Amino acid sequence: MSTPESDSSRPYLIDQPKYRRHIMSEALSEIPHSAVLGLELVSAERDRAVMRLPYRDIFIGNPETGALHGGVVLSLVDSTSGKAVFCAVPAPETIATLDLRIDYLKPASPGLDLYCMAECYKLTRTVAFIRAQVYHTEDDPIAHSVSTFMRASSDVSKSTMRGS
Amino acid sequence: MDYQAMFEQARSFGDYAAVDALIPYARLLGIQVDHHDALGPVFRVPYKWDNVGNVHLPAIHGGVIAGLIENAAILHLLWTSESLTMPKVIDANIDYLRSGRPLETFARCSTTKQGRRIANVAVTCWQDDLEKPIAVARYHCKVTPEDR
Repeated sequence: MSTPESDSSRPYLIDQPKYRRHIMSEALSEIPHSAVLGLELVSAERDRAVMRLPYRDIFIGNPETGALHGGVVLSLVDSTSGKAVFCAVPAPETIATLDLRIDYLKPASPGLDLYCMAECYKLTRTVAFIRAQVYHTEDDPIAHSVSTFMRASSDVSKSTMRGS
Repeated sequence: MDYQAMFEQARSFGDYAAVDALIPYARLLGIQVDHHDALGPVFRVPYKWDNVGNVHLPAIHGGVIAGLIENAAILHLLWTSESLTMPKVIDANIDYLRSGRPLETFARCSTTKQGRRIANVAVTCWQDDLEKPIAVARYHCKVTPEDR
Protein backbone atom coordinates (compact mmCIF):
# COMPACT_ATOMS: atom_id res chain seq x y z
CA MET A 1 0.00 0.00 0.00
CA SER A 2 1.46 3.35 -0.96
CA THR A 3 1.89 6.01 1.64
CA PRO A 4 0.29 9.33 0.83
CA GLU A 5 2.03 12.47 1.93
CA SER A 6 0.30 13.72 5.06
CA ASP A 7 -1.10 17.18 4.60
CA SER A 8 1.18 19.26 6.76
CA SER A 9 -0.81 22.44 6.11
CA ARG A 10 -3.64 21.32 8.39
CA PRO A 11 -3.71 20.37 12.07
CA TYR A 12 -3.62 16.74 13.17
CA LEU A 13 -4.98 15.83 16.58
CA ILE A 14 -2.47 12.97 16.71
CA ASP A 15 0.33 15.57 16.81
CA GLN A 16 -0.83 16.66 20.27
CA PRO A 17 1.09 14.61 22.88
CA LYS A 18 -1.89 14.31 25.23
CA TYR A 19 -4.19 12.96 22.53
CA ARG A 20 -1.46 10.75 21.18
CA ARG A 21 -1.03 9.14 24.60
CA HIS A 22 -4.77 8.64 24.79
CA ILE A 23 -4.83 6.94 21.41
CA MET A 24 -1.82 4.77 22.24
CA SER A 25 -2.92 3.60 25.69
CA GLU A 26 -6.32 4.17 27.26
CA ALA A 27 -8.50 4.04 24.22
CA LEU A 28 -8.43 0.28 23.70
CA SER A 29 -9.09 -0.83 27.25
CA GLU A 30 -12.11 1.50 27.19
CA ILE A 31 -13.65 -0.65 24.48
CA PRO A 32 -14.95 -3.85 26.09
CA HIS A 33 -15.02 -5.96 22.95
CA SER A 34 -11.50 -4.91 21.93
CA ALA A 35 -10.30 -5.85 25.41
CA VAL A 36 -12.00 -9.27 25.12
CA LEU A 37 -10.23 -9.89 21.81
CA GLY A 38 -6.91 -8.66 23.20
CA LEU A 39 -6.41 -6.07 20.45
CA GLU A 40 -3.19 -4.07 20.72
CA LEU A 41 -2.25 -0.84 19.03
CA VAL A 42 1.20 -1.21 17.47
CA SER A 43 1.63 2.25 16.02
CA ALA A 44 -0.32 5.40 15.30
CA GLU A 45 0.86 8.23 13.12
CA ARG A 46 -0.69 10.79 10.78
CA ASP A 47 -3.43 9.09 8.73
CA ARG A 48 -2.47 5.54 9.66
CA ALA A 49 -2.61 2.98 12.42
CA VAL A 50 -1.34 -0.57 12.91
CA MET A 51 -2.94 -3.03 15.30
CA ARG A 52 -2.13 -6.55 16.38
CA LEU A 53 -4.46 -9.38 17.33
CA PRO A 54 -2.50 -12.01 19.28
CA TYR A 55 -3.60 -15.49 18.23
CA ARG A 56 -6.06 -17.39 20.41
CA ASP A 57 -7.93 -20.65 19.78
CA ILE A 58 -11.25 -18.97 20.59
CA PHE A 59 -11.01 -17.05 17.29
CA ILE A 60 -11.41 -20.20 15.19
CA GLY A 61 -14.37 -20.13 12.81
CA ASN A 62 -13.85 -23.37 10.94
CA PRO A 63 -13.36 -26.31 13.30
CA GLU A 64 -12.47 -28.53 10.35
CA THR A 65 -9.45 -26.51 9.25
CA GLY A 66 -8.66 -24.33 12.27
CA ALA A 67 -9.06 -21.20 10.10
CA LEU A 68 -9.95 -18.01 11.96
CA HIS A 69 -13.52 -16.71 11.84
CA GLY A 70 -13.99 -13.91 9.33
CA GLY A 71 -15.81 -11.98 12.04
CA VAL A 72 -12.68 -11.68 14.15
CA VAL A 73 -10.65 -10.55 11.13
CA LEU A 74 -13.34 -7.98 10.47
CA SER A 75 -13.28 -6.80 14.10
CA LEU A 76 -9.55 -6.18 13.69
CA VAL A 77 -10.12 -4.31 10.41
CA ASP A 78 -13.02 -2.23 11.75
CA SER A 79 -11.08 -1.29 14.89
CA THR A 80 -7.88 -0.41 13.04
CA SER A 81 -9.77 1.51 10.34
CA GLY A 82 -11.59 3.52 13.01
CA LYS A 83 -8.24 4.20 14.65
CA ALA A 84 -6.86 5.48 11.35
CA VAL A 85 -9.70 8.01 11.23
CA PHE A 86 -8.69 9.28 14.68
CA CYS A 87 -5.16 9.60 13.30
CA ALA A 88 -6.46 11.84 10.52
CA VAL A 89 -8.94 14.19 12.20
CA PRO A 90 -8.00 17.69 13.37
CA ALA A 91 -10.13 17.59 16.54
CA PRO A 92 -11.83 14.99 18.76
CA GLU A 93 -15.08 13.74 17.31
CA THR A 94 -17.39 10.76 17.16
CA ILE A 95 -17.30 8.48 14.15
CA ALA A 96 -19.45 5.63 12.88
CA THR A 97 -18.73 2.93 10.31
CA LEU A 98 -20.92 3.51 7.25
CA ASP A 99 -19.85 0.52 5.24
CA LEU A 100 -17.03 -1.91 4.98
CA ARG A 101 -15.94 -4.15 2.16
CA ILE A 102 -13.50 -6.97 2.80
CA ASP A 103 -11.80 -9.40 0.43
CA TYR A 104 -10.50 -12.53 2.09
CA LEU A 105 -7.41 -13.28 0.01
CA LYS A 106 -6.35 -16.38 1.90
CA PRO A 107 -7.04 -17.99 5.25
CA ALA A 108 -5.16 -16.77 8.30
CA SER A 109 -2.72 -19.40 9.56
CA PRO A 110 -3.71 -20.97 12.87
CA GLY A 111 -1.32 -20.05 15.65
CA LEU A 112 0.00 -16.79 14.20
CA ASP A 113 -0.72 -13.23 15.33
CA LEU A 114 -2.67 -11.06 12.92
CA TYR A 115 -1.75 -7.49 12.03
CA CYS A 116 -3.81 -4.81 10.35
CA MET A 117 -2.52 -1.61 8.81
CA ALA A 118 -5.20 0.97 8.02
CA GLU A 119 -4.80 4.25 6.23
CA CYS A 120 -7.14 7.20 5.89
CA TYR A 121 -6.47 8.14 2.28
CA LYS A 122 -9.15 10.80 2.03
CA LEU A 123 -10.87 12.91 4.64
CA THR A 124 -13.81 15.10 3.70
CA ARG A 125 -16.00 17.18 5.99
CA THR A 126 -18.49 14.36 6.43
CA VAL A 127 -16.72 11.14 5.45
CA ALA A 128 -13.40 9.39 6.04
CA PHE A 129 -12.23 6.91 3.41
CA ILE A 130 -10.06 4.07 4.68
CA ARG A 131 -8.15 1.22 3.13
CA ALA A 132 -6.66 -1.58 5.19
CA GLN A 133 -4.66 -4.76 4.90
CA VAL A 134 -4.47 -7.76 7.21
CA TYR A 135 -1.32 -9.86 7.32
CA HIS A 136 1.00 -12.05 9.36
CA THR A 137 3.98 -10.55 7.55
CA GLU A 138 3.63 -7.28 5.70
CA ASP A 139 4.38 -8.58 2.19
CA ASP A 140 1.82 -11.38 2.35
CA PRO A 141 -1.72 -9.99 2.69
CA ILE A 142 -4.53 -12.16 4.11
CA ALA A 143 -7.35 -9.67 3.63
CA HIS A 144 -7.88 -6.31 2.00
CA SER A 145 -10.58 -3.85 2.97
CA VAL A 146 -12.00 -0.49 2.04
CA SER A 147 -14.42 1.28 4.34
CA THR A 148 -16.08 4.60 4.92
CA PHE A 149 -16.75 6.27 8.24
CA MET A 150 -19.21 9.03 8.92
CA ARG A 151 -17.79 11.98 10.80
CA ALA A 152 -19.94 13.67 13.39
CA SER A 153 -19.62 17.17 14.75
CA SER A 154 -16.65 17.75 17.00
CA ASP A 155 -18.55 17.32 20.24
CA VAL A 156 -15.96 16.19 22.76
CA SER A 157 -18.36 16.13 25.68
CA LYS A 158 -20.45 13.31 24.21
CA SER A 159 -17.72 10.90 23.29
CA THR A 160 -14.19 11.53 22.21
CA MET A 161 -13.52 8.04 20.97
CA ARG A 162 -15.60 5.60 19.13
CA GLY A 163 -13.84 2.28 18.85
CA SER A 164 -15.62 0.91 15.87
CA MET B 1 -14.45 -35.58 14.63
CA ASP B 2 -16.30 -36.38 11.40
CA TYR B 3 -17.71 -33.00 10.49
CA GLN B 4 -19.35 -34.15 7.27
CA ALA B 5 -21.37 -36.75 9.15
CA MET B 6 -22.22 -34.13 11.73
CA PHE B 7 -23.41 -31.63 9.12
CA GLU B 8 -25.43 -34.35 7.42
CA GLN B 9 -27.09 -35.26 10.68
CA ALA B 10 -27.76 -31.61 11.53
CA ARG B 11 -29.39 -31.13 8.14
CA SER B 12 -31.60 -34.20 8.40
CA PHE B 13 -32.76 -33.14 11.86
CA GLY B 14 -33.02 -29.46 10.89
CA ASP B 15 -31.00 -28.57 13.98
CA TYR B 16 -27.77 -26.66 13.71
CA ALA B 17 -27.32 -25.83 17.38
CA ALA B 18 -24.65 -28.53 17.63
CA VAL B 19 -22.76 -27.14 14.63
CA ASP B 20 -22.99 -23.60 16.01
CA ALA B 21 -21.61 -24.82 19.32
CA LEU B 22 -18.57 -26.22 17.49
CA ILE B 23 -17.49 -22.77 16.28
CA PRO B 24 -15.31 -21.22 19.00
CA TYR B 25 -15.76 -17.62 17.84
CA ALA B 26 -19.56 -18.04 17.70
CA ARG B 27 -19.42 -19.28 21.31
CA LEU B 28 -17.26 -16.31 22.31
CA LEU B 29 -19.86 -13.85 21.01
CA GLY B 30 -22.75 -15.93 22.33
CA ILE B 31 -24.32 -16.58 18.91
CA GLN B 32 -27.14 -19.11 18.88
CA VAL B 33 -29.80 -20.34 16.49
CA ASP B 34 -32.89 -18.49 17.72
CA HIS B 35 -35.40 -20.41 15.65
CA HIS B 36 -35.94 -21.47 12.09
CA ASP B 37 -38.89 -21.22 9.79
CA ALA B 38 -39.71 -21.74 6.12
CA LEU B 39 -37.18 -19.06 5.12
CA GLY B 40 -34.36 -20.68 7.06
CA PRO B 41 -32.61 -20.14 10.37
CA VAL B 42 -32.66 -16.94 12.45
CA PHE B 43 -29.54 -16.32 14.50
CA ARG B 44 -29.31 -14.32 17.70
CA VAL B 45 -26.52 -12.73 19.70
CA PRO B 46 -27.40 -11.60 23.22
CA TYR B 47 -26.52 -8.18 24.53
CA LYS B 48 -23.55 -8.39 26.86
CA TRP B 49 -20.91 -5.95 27.99
CA ASP B 50 -18.15 -7.97 26.29
CA ASN B 51 -19.74 -7.17 22.92
CA VAL B 52 -19.80 -3.41 23.40
CA GLY B 53 -17.71 -1.21 21.10
CA ASN B 54 -18.72 2.18 22.42
CA VAL B 55 -19.29 2.58 26.14
CA HIS B 56 -20.64 6.11 25.81
CA LEU B 57 -23.72 5.35 23.71
CA PRO B 58 -23.48 2.35 24.47
CA ALA B 59 -23.34 0.52 21.16
CA ILE B 60 -22.46 -3.00 20.09
CA HIS B 61 -19.05 -3.32 18.39
CA GLY B 62 -19.26 -3.32 14.59
CA GLY B 63 -17.07 -6.41 14.62
CA VAL B 64 -19.63 -8.30 16.72
CA ILE B 65 -22.38 -7.39 14.27
CA ALA B 66 -20.12 -8.55 11.43
CA GLY B 67 -19.37 -11.76 13.35
CA LEU B 68 -23.08 -12.48 13.75
CA ILE B 69 -23.71 -11.70 10.08
CA GLU B 70 -20.85 -13.82 8.79
CA ASN B 71 -21.70 -16.75 11.04
CA ALA B 72 -25.30 -16.52 9.82
CA ALA B 73 -24.21 -16.50 6.17
CA ILE B 74 -22.01 -19.58 6.58
CA LEU B 75 -24.52 -21.62 8.57
CA HIS B 76 -27.38 -20.54 6.31
CA LEU B 77 -25.48 -21.96 3.34
CA LEU B 78 -24.60 -25.10 5.23
CA TRP B 79 -28.30 -25.39 6.05
CA THR B 80 -29.67 -24.79 2.58
CA SER B 81 -27.00 -25.92 0.11
CA GLU B 82 -25.73 -29.34 -0.81
CA SER B 83 -22.35 -28.61 0.70
CA LEU B 84 -21.17 -30.77 3.58
CA THR B 85 -18.09 -28.68 4.26
CA MET B 86 -17.99 -25.22 5.76
CA PRO B 87 -18.48 -22.61 3.01
CA LYS B 88 -15.50 -20.25 2.62
CA VAL B 89 -16.10 -16.53 2.51
CA ILE B 90 -14.59 -14.81 -0.52
CA ASP B 91 -15.74 -11.27 0.18
CA ALA B 92 -18.25 -9.32 2.19
CA ASN B 93 -19.94 -5.93 1.88
CA ILE B 94 -21.48 -4.68 5.09
CA ASP B 95 -23.61 -1.54 5.35
CA TYR B 96 -24.08 -0.27 8.87
CA LEU B 97 -27.45 1.46 8.93
CA ARG B 98 -28.06 2.15 12.59
CA SER B 99 -25.98 1.84 15.71
CA GLY B 100 -26.40 -1.45 17.56
CA ARG B 101 -28.18 -0.53 20.77
CA PRO B 102 -27.81 -2.62 23.94
CA LEU B 103 -30.40 -5.19 22.86
CA GLU B 104 -30.29 -8.72 21.52
CA THR B 105 -29.56 -8.74 17.82
CA PHE B 106 -30.85 -11.04 15.11
CA ALA B 107 -29.70 -12.01 11.63
CA ARG B 108 -31.21 -13.99 8.81
CA CYS B 109 -30.12 -14.69 5.26
CA SER B 110 -31.48 -15.41 1.84
CA THR B 111 -29.50 -16.96 -0.96
CA THR B 112 -29.74 -14.55 -3.87
CA LYS B 113 -27.97 -16.94 -6.21
CA GLN B 114 -26.75 -20.44 -5.66
CA GLY B 115 -24.19 -21.18 -8.32
CA ARG B 116 -22.27 -24.38 -8.79
CA ARG B 117 -19.19 -23.03 -7.02
CA ILE B 118 -20.18 -19.66 -5.63
CA ALA B 119 -23.19 -18.55 -3.62
CA ASN B 120 -24.37 -14.95 -3.25
CA VAL B 121 -26.04 -14.45 0.13
CA ALA B 122 -27.93 -11.43 1.42
CA VAL B 123 -28.02 -10.90 5.18
CA THR B 124 -30.27 -8.67 7.26
CA CYS B 125 -29.52 -7.80 10.85
CA TRP B 126 -32.04 -6.22 13.21
CA GLN B 127 -32.90 -5.72 16.87
CA ASP B 128 -36.41 -5.00 18.13
CA ASP B 129 -37.91 -4.02 14.79
CA LEU B 130 -37.47 -6.12 11.65
CA GLU B 131 -38.53 -3.09 9.61
CA LYS B 132 -35.55 -1.14 10.91
CA PRO B 133 -32.45 -3.20 10.13
CA ILE B 134 -29.24 -2.09 11.84
CA ALA B 135 -27.10 -3.64 9.08
CA VAL B 136 -27.43 -5.37 5.74
CA ALA B 137 -24.71 -7.35 4.03
CA ARG B 138 -23.87 -9.22 0.87
CA TYR B 139 -21.55 -12.21 0.88
CA HIS B 140 -19.86 -14.30 -1.78
CA CYS B 141 -19.00 -17.75 -0.52
CA LYS B 142 -17.26 -20.68 -2.11
CA VAL B 143 -19.34 -23.81 -1.68
CA THR B 144 -17.58 -26.32 -3.93
CA PRO B 145 -17.03 -29.39 -1.77
CA GLU B 146 -14.10 -30.75 -3.80
CA ASP B 147 -12.33 -27.39 -4.00
CA ARG B 148 -10.83 -27.47 -0.53
